[in-house]
Amino acid sequence: MDLEFTAEERAFRDEVRAFIRDNLPPALAEKTRQRIHLDKADFVAWHKILHARGWGAPNWPKQHGGPGWSPVQRYIFDEECATADAPPLVPFGISMVGPVIYTFGTDAQKAKYLPRIVSMEDWWCQGYSEPGSGSDLASLRTRAESEGDHYVVNGHKIWTTQAQHANMMFCLVRTDAQAKPQEGISFLLIDMTDPGIQVRPIISIDEGHSVNEVFLDNVRVPKANLIGQEGKGWTYAKFLLGNERTGIAEVATSKQRLKRLKQIARAEQSCGRPLLQDPDFRAKVAAIEIDLLALEYTNLRMLAAENAGKGVGPEASMLKIRGSEIQQNLTELACEALGYYAAPYEHRPDGSNQPPVGPDYAQGRMESYLYYRATTIYGGSNEIQRNIIAKMVLGL
Amino acid sequence: MDFQLSEEQTLLADSVESWLQDKYDFDRWRKLVKTDLGYAQENWKTMAELGWLGISLPEEAGGLGGSAVDTMLLAERFGRHMVAEPYLSTVILGGGLIQVAGDAEQQAEWLPAIAEGTAKWAFAHAEHGSRFALNETRTRATKSGAGGWTLSGKKIVVWDAASADRLIVLARSAGGDTDEKGLGLFVVDAAGAGVVRQDYRTVDNRRASDIQFSDAPVLAVLGDPAHALPAVETVVDQAIAFMASEAVGAMAALHETTLAYAKTRKQFGRAIGDFQVIQHRLVDMLMQVESARSLALLASLKAAAEPKERAKAAAAAKVQIGRSGRFVGQQAVQVHGGMGMTDELNVGHYMKRLMMIDTTFGNADHHQRRFAALSD
Repeated sequence: MDLEFTAEERAFRDEVRAFIRDNLPPALAEKTRQRIHLDKADFVAWHKILHARGWGAPNWPKQHGGPGWSPVQRYIFDEECATADAPPLVPFGISMVGPVIYTFGTDAQKAKYLPRIVSMEDWWCQGYSEPGSGSDLASLRTRAESEGDHYVVNGHKIWTTQAQHANMMFCLVRTDAQAKPQEGISFLLIDMTDPGIQVRPIISIDEGHSVNEVFLDNVRVPKANLIGQEGKGWTYAKFLLGNERTGIAEVATSKQRLKRLKQIARAEQSCGRPLLQDPDFRAKVAAIEIDLLALEYTNLRMLAAENAGKGVGPEASMLKIRGSEIQQNLTELACEALGYYAAPYEHRPDGSNQPPVGPDYAQGRMESYLYYRATTIYGGSNEIQRNIIAKMVLGL
Repeated sequence: MDFQLSEEQTLLADSVESWLQDKYDFDRWRKLVKTDLGYAQENWKTMAELGWLGISLPEEAGGLGGSAVDTMLLAERFGRHMVAEPYLSTVILGGGLIQVAGDAEQQAEWLPAIAEGTAKWAFAHAEHGSRFALNETRTRATKSGAGGWTLSGKKIVVWDAASADRLIVLARSAGGDTDEKGLGLFVVDAAGAGVVRQDYRTVDNRRASDIQFSDAPVLAVLGDPAHALPAVETVVDQAIAFMASEAVGAMAALHETTLAYAKTRKQFGRAIGDFQVIQHRLVDMLMQVESARSLALLASLKAAAEPKERAKAAAAAKVQIGRSGRFVGQQAVQVHGGMGMTDELNVGHYMKRLMMIDTTFGNADHHQRRFAALSD
């Protein structure tokens, strides 16, 4: 057992740190600190910077265009990015559909899509949830009917994050209405510019626009865009959700949030001393810090197992549950630290001359709190994650 | 022991509820809070005509001379419909401070206009750096020539200041920055010289302002310019009682709507309310609503009690509604799933209002400490 990074890992960390220091535009870091809903150009700009260095898909093996990092290297990379307030990497391509394509796709699909994911020429979105199919995803009703060498797709997807930016969607569709729910599902790659696709924005409680509804009306999808076998889509979907769960823990981002929370609590005053010296508040911060430490080392233990070649099983659901709860507690406590200055909620357009209300560190804290209420809902709600652990880990 | 409402109180509650159901549905609310004013002057006029603005004001001033239980009934329904008109600022805080701290002449001058709906007030107390401590007031009141006063300093998050005619400013006429003595209540013309506002919308779609006072002339002083804190605490505790009931209305509405959703939303071939995890969640929410209701009632019943008893009841209620409000709001969003995250549904708006109620006049932690200090 050894908690320390190896010399190679330390050298890698220094390399990543130096690269970010020299290449992350300060204005982009500042914007990431203050905003949840970045513009498409912001995400793309950072991705292209990483791509130019060969790090466009940090979680991918070498043969598909990734750097071939170990899980520990990936962890270090995430940590350095978060610490520097780099924009989050858009997960739909590199973390979600990419691994599905290189694991289950045809050679033609790999050749066509993987390079465009690594370089972010394509922006993907996830066509999973439907109005009647949230937690019960397998009940989805969007149907794809076979018509020669095409499928004709009709249906309605919802909570489709960043669909307004996407030119591609990976989509779960029902190809067999007679089969059992899980067995009639297929996994299709759909061009968002095809006729018959309409994207409608959904404004969330933080007043931002990240999620959408997507309507599919007689959309013709070439059969060459089917992943794997028809009717096996549920298998690929679960594979993808398993990957999503480990990423969703956001340990590195939470560590950065904790740091910022302490900065706020040092700057705010309570009873003539910094709020962080207030025993009640300090105890709350300590409690979260301990929760986060436990999550970090649970995550590291799972990474080490993965490093040793053992796959991550259903216990990844624990990371999602604890990770999302910690994110919510951190964003909530940051608002609490602000006292009355949690209240102002004006959206200033970029480049506005209007001074912000309250201190700089107050900007965007409430937005984060509100948007992060979704973390216990998306990616399989925490209730569903507990069901998974009960069933798959505990055998209940 | 009797928790029954009188016949008049039942009538009041029913008439408030029926007016709000008729005029204050959620679709209208959404449009209303997007207007510049953030509420409707027409509603304010109607509230005056219906006598609601005078419920807590004395009969000599054209009010009804009602008790805190009467305003509680109103507040609960206001909370249920997220009423945006500045009732708390004008009637409970403005009217309350004038009643408790003002002299007979000041009451005669200002209270009737509140009851008639022709004057609006706002209370400027918070300062950055003081967190929730009312005694930590750095805004200074200075004697100017001819026996008058001027104010200098900055107040933050002054609810409803942008549409107020007059401000009551908590300011220091003597003593050190954190002394309990030396504080006074100073009336200032909201549009007067030396008053510069930065107006903004708040997360619950209300309006507030940061206000810089620079030698702003004072129109009048309410009571002793150096001993106002007891009066402020009395009125703030009444405001807490009012907000507690408002929170109860919001929480009850959230619980009802979440329960209804759990009964109709189907996943895995049955209503999600069939699942024990959801059932227990709804039960936990109910217990929070009922605990909050009990302590909101206690705060109203004790609003005119002796200071320590009143303060303990207010502090207890504020702790309970702060914590219950967060729990009920967050769980309502969670049980609604993605739908709970949308701006289109009232769920998130209630959650945000409850969060602001928790913050205003001190959050749950602040009042837990206050309660502990008052306990034997």
